[in-house]
Amino acid sequence: MECRLPFSLVVFCLVILSSTVRSELVISSVEKFVDLHSHIVRVVSFLKVENQGPYDVSEFVLAFPDAQAKNLATMLVIYLEEGKIIYSEFPINSTKPKLKQSNMTFYPVTLPKKLEKGKTAGLDVYVVLTNLLKPLPKEITQAESQLLVYTDNIYYTSPYHIRNQSIVFRLPGRIESYSEYSEMRLVESELRYGPFEEQPPFSYSPVVVHFENNNSFAVASNFVQEIEISHWGNVQVTEQYTIIHGGAHLKNGFSRIDYQANPSMSGASSFRTLVARLPPMSHSVYYRDEIGNISTSHLRGDSQGTQLEMELRFPMFGGWKISFSIGYSLPLHDFLFESDAGNNVLNITFGSSIEEIVVENQIVRVVLPQGSKDISVKSRFTTKKSQELKYSHLDIVGRPVVVLEKDNVVPEHKRYFQVYIYYKFNNIFLLGKAMMLILGIFLLFLICILYMHADLALSKTSSWEEETEGRK
Amino acid sequence: MATSKVEGSSSLRHAFGGVLSVFILLLIGVVAFSIRLFSVIKYESVIHEFDPYFNYRVTQFLSKNGIYDFWNWFDDRTWYPLGRVIGGTVYPGLTLTAGTMWKLANSLNIPLSVETVCVFTAPIFSAFAAWATYLLTKEVKGTGAGITAAAILAMVPSYISRSVAGSYDNEAVAIFALIFTFYLYIKTLNTGSLFYATLNSLAYFYMVCSWGGYTFIINLIPMHVLLCIVTGRYSSRLYIAYAPLVVLGTLLAALVPVVGFNAVMTSEHFGSFLVFIIIHVVALVYYIKGILTPRLFKVATTLVLTVGIAVCAVVVAILVALVASSPTKGWSGRSLSLLDPTYASKYIPIIASVSEHQPPTWPSYFMDINVLAFLVPAGIVACFLPLSDASSFAVLYLVTSVYFSGVMVRLMLVLAPAACIMSGIALSEAFGVLTRSMKFHITKYFECSHTEAPAKLGESTSTESSAPLENMTKSDTTEKPEVARKEKVARRKQKKEKELTENAHVKPVSAKKEKRPLVLPLEASIVSVFLLIVLGGLYVLHCVWAAAEAYSAPSIVLTSHSHDGLHVFDDFREAYAWLRHNTEVDDKVASWWDYGYQTTAMANRTVIVDNNTWNNTHIATVGTAMSSPEKAAWEIFNSLDVKYVLVVFGGLVGYPSDDINKFLWMVRIGGGVFPHIKEADYLKDGQYRVDAQATHTMLNCLMYKLSYYRFVETDGKGFDRVRRYEIGKKHFKLTHFEEVFTTHHWMVRIYKLKPQKNRIRGKSRKSKLGSKSTSSKSGGMTHKNPWN
Repeated sequence: MECRLPFSLVVFCLVILSSTVRSELVISSVEKFVDLHSHIVRVVSFLKVENQGPYDVSEFVLAFPDAQAKNLATMLVIYLEEGKIIYSEFPINSTKPKLKQSNMTFYPVTLPKKLEKGKTAGLDVYVVLTNLLKPLPKEITQAESQLLVYTDNIYYTSPYHIRNQSIVFRLPGRIESYSEYSEMRLVESELRYGPFEEQPPFSYSPVVVHFENNNSFAVASNFVQEIEISHWGNVQVTEQYTIIHGGAHLKNGFSRIDYQANPSMSGASSFRTLVARLPPMSHSVYYRDEIGNISTSHLRGDSQGTQLEMELRFPMFGGWKISFSIGYSLPLHDFLFESDAGNNVLNITFGSSIEEIVVENQIVRVVLPQGSKDISVKSRFTTKKSQELKYSHLDIVGRPVVVLEKDNVVPEHKRYFQVYIYYKFNNIFLLGKAMMLILGIFLLFLICILYMHADLALSKTSSWEEETEGRK
Repeated sequence: MATSKVEGSSSLRHAFGGVLSVFILLLIGVVAFSIRLFSVIKYESVIHEFDPYFNYRVTQFLSKNGIYDFWNWFDDRTWYPLGRVIGGTVYPGLTLTAGTMWKLANSLNIPLSVETVCVFTAPIFSAFAAWATYLLTKEVKGTGAGITAAAILAMVPSYISRSVAGSYDNEAVAIFALIFTFYLYIKTLNTGSLFYATLNSLAYFYMVCSWGGYTFIINLIPMHVLLCIVTGRYSSRLYIAYAPLVVLGTLLAALVPVVGFNAVMTSEHFGSFLVFIIIHVVALVYYIKGILTPRLFKVATTLVLTVGIAVCAVVVAILVALVASSPTKGWSGRSLSLLDPTYASKYIPIIASVSEHQPPTWPSYFMDINVLAFLVPAGIVACFLPLSDASSFAVLYLVTSVYFSGVMVRLMLVLAPAACIMSGIALSEAFGVLTRSMKFHITKYFECSHTEAPAKLGESTSTESSAPLENMTKSDTTEKPEVARKEKVARRKQKKEKELTENAHVKPVSAKKEKRPLVLPLEASIVSVFLLIVLGGLYVLHCVWAAAEAYSAPSIVLTSHSHDGLHVFDDFREAYAWLRHNTEVDDKVASWWDYGYQTTAMANRTVIVDNNTWNNTHIATVGTAMSSPEKAAWEIFNSLDVKYVLVVFGGLVGYPSDDINKFLWMVRIGGGVFPHIKEADYLKDGQYRVDAQATHTMLNCLMYKLSYYRFVETDGKGFDRVRRYEIGKKHFKLTHFEEVFTTHHWMVRIYKLKPQKNRIRGKSRKSKLGSKSTSSKSGGMTHKNPWN
């Protein structure tokens, strides 16, 4: 029933990690919750770590199988000591062992405070994973429900010895099938395995859950956000999406009559609306695609934020694709602050405004006003950064554009991480364009006046008419 | 002293009038632009209808790839598998105009999308057209008439229907080009300036670039020239106005790829060359007349006439032979249907099937030109008082355009400017007469109270009165042609009325005027002015209503008002968006040709036929497939590499212009090429119906099946809301097609061709195909499928 990782691999890993493992940390208890409600897998693990070694420890290693590490969107670690929460976010720095055989990825977590010997500390690890839910069957008809498979290790994957552990799957609905273990319980839609006692490092035993999940499987294969800053007081945000239904593909075509006759039964796996939460005070909202305005949308606003309910042009079934763009304006003073050094600090939220969506590739283009200097970007996670120029609205030297690119973005990025852009901008440049227009119109009138007063005729009696009349 | 004072005040008045008219013209431009924005406000900033989508797509290509690639563009997205050479078959004027505007905006770093530029091209050019109308009418009848005509044209419903924001079609810029070409012609005719003649050829070139309707210009101007010659109005100005236009204009026209050698080879242009010869002969005669004595001239005339008639006979014979040798007698189908209104419906169903090629009905005249229809006769009368070269042109333009608009409803657009010019003249003249008589009465009242000499009054009115009245009185004296010419010179110099060339000529006029002041009673003129204002107000109301309600719908988005508010039918874009995102890039989509342009532009998929109906056989193939039973249709579509079939169906929501209503045209066009499709098979007792009475052929053809597939399940009865009866065949299955997408209101249904059953791979497949084709031949339908 239990199958261990290949022995050699474990040895390799142990050798590699000898430096950290030597510290003889032991996980006294782990409780892992896997939330499978949407197509984003959210795993929360509550760990209790005990230092049994002779030294103080400042580093803790989290291990993930490569299959998960590849799809790991973001991770949040909270460190608790003696019931006291020391909230801290850890940037993900993957340190991959140099050994090729290994199928593990290790994330060393530097503890904010050294764990003294003999002491116990709590560690809450919040992990967001994408692309791990596989539809089975891969193709369904319109009337069928979408079934997904999730595979995981029943034991907590860790380079440390674990004394007591359990795993809980939270499911959205009906369960088709699941792995049978002696220690397991199914309560309503919660599947609990464990407790398992005294497991050595890298214990492995697969667990498979096959369950029904008809929640909207929206994946944005491409998402480009352009944030244009105007120091006249406005921020214009444009978001372009290409969205794919990432679930089980539709077979045998789409029948409108079935869809309309019984929408709850037919097309359960499809989604028709997406909800975008825009920042408060959003105005001038539009929702369109390359062939025009999409008239089916609702906008609700309150002090907390603005909610844009977008009905797509057609209901999205498995494998279908659609693209559209939304745009809105925001007051600048909510996002721009002045730092002590006289810098302007722009505070932007990274991530899509659409709820529960996985973004495979996000590009954020922050267009700063013409004449901005000394631009620097500060973010908590790694992004590809580049700069370019953009010309719009009578620009002469162009506006600097900060381009940030990141793969695999989930809503958590928006919730927990901010990106700060520092730049210098002299407000005198604001008047430049107005002066330019004034000058331009002045010159136009001047030329008109000069032209009206100048006599460009070669001779006074140039007109053929007058000459002929004169002859008469 | 007194005269200088008068001159000073009059020059001040002129300056004030000039500024005022510039300001009025600016406002007219604003009105012309903004009245066309109802479509953007009520709907959205989007390209309208069918043809504009093609133009938009071409503009996109131009802005992306540049002008050289544009000329060489071979479009493989349409007319599969034939393709279409866009650069050589499209009138590039509109595209180049919008492309240039876009490029200009972008070079100034004004971020406008190509779509925005395309949407607003038509309103911008409507403003230009209004200004061109002002210029033209000013040349014909003076500034007042010009401004009135411009104001009328700015909001004439007929023109609005073709130039609302978003209707990005050739006519949008062509009407401006047409009016401007006419203006430059008249300007050249009035001034005899070679400069304007050159400009005229350039304007004509722009018109040729823009619209096929340029043939109207190249036939109307020769007609006018001929008219002038026949009525003895030949002058060197006429020669300068006409000869450079023909030479330069023809050369320039031949530069446009779509026209090319047609500019010298088709009969539409022959008239201009004939008149070109005639004007030269006439010029020669006038010259010889000048240098010979009258007796010698008589001898020469007889000599030339005998020789000339003989030569003419030979030339005419050659021309007739040449023209007769070409199959359509050298005239293209559309032009032929102009001359013979029954031609199209008799011979070319594809032309007759287009609603805008039908003759208009009387209500449509009232709808499109409204009160202008009543003002036009008055304008014609005003043009004859007196008849000048320019006003005779205006009359001729009106008469010919009335005829053409009676043939084809689309050419109502050509009539609109003529009607506006005429109405402008009529209104302006009427106002002139009425206000002058009012002024006369009022000044007389004041003068009487001040007890001043009536003689002085007469003089003051003569200086203040504008030209028309003077012309009216003068026209009595114009008997000799020479006088007419002098009078023309006088009219041109209205501003300097006092500098009339012959004082002697003026004196009798003023003397006459004192005797017969041509004034109406005060009360009558006040009432008339009031009535005219009411008439104008009604016209404006009608125009605004037409712009807001009748002509602003983009036709790709439909709306309906119901008790629970506005309901939007956005099915077309739903279907096109689905095709765009959920089919392969190279998939071919078959539909009736109406939706070809939209499919290529909005869905970016290859189509079999589109709105450029250049290949009748190809359209007939699609028509045949639509009217064939499922299996035969599948074979035709499969041989054309079609993967999806798109039909438009309005039966669920009551959208009347759907494919079932157009279906008879598919049968006719298909049957025209493939005789096994017979219209009679689809008609029951000569009536077209799809209910239980319908024929077996009708109920089994592909179009019926694709439209009504599973339709009965919506309400259990299969009640068609367009036809207003229950459909004939309710329960059936599709064997060769499968439904892949139907829009929200069922307006567009997309089917996929099922793959061939039991497909045998390798060699045996070939043999199977071979046997299939032979079997179909043995079935007696040899002409069934041209692509096998």
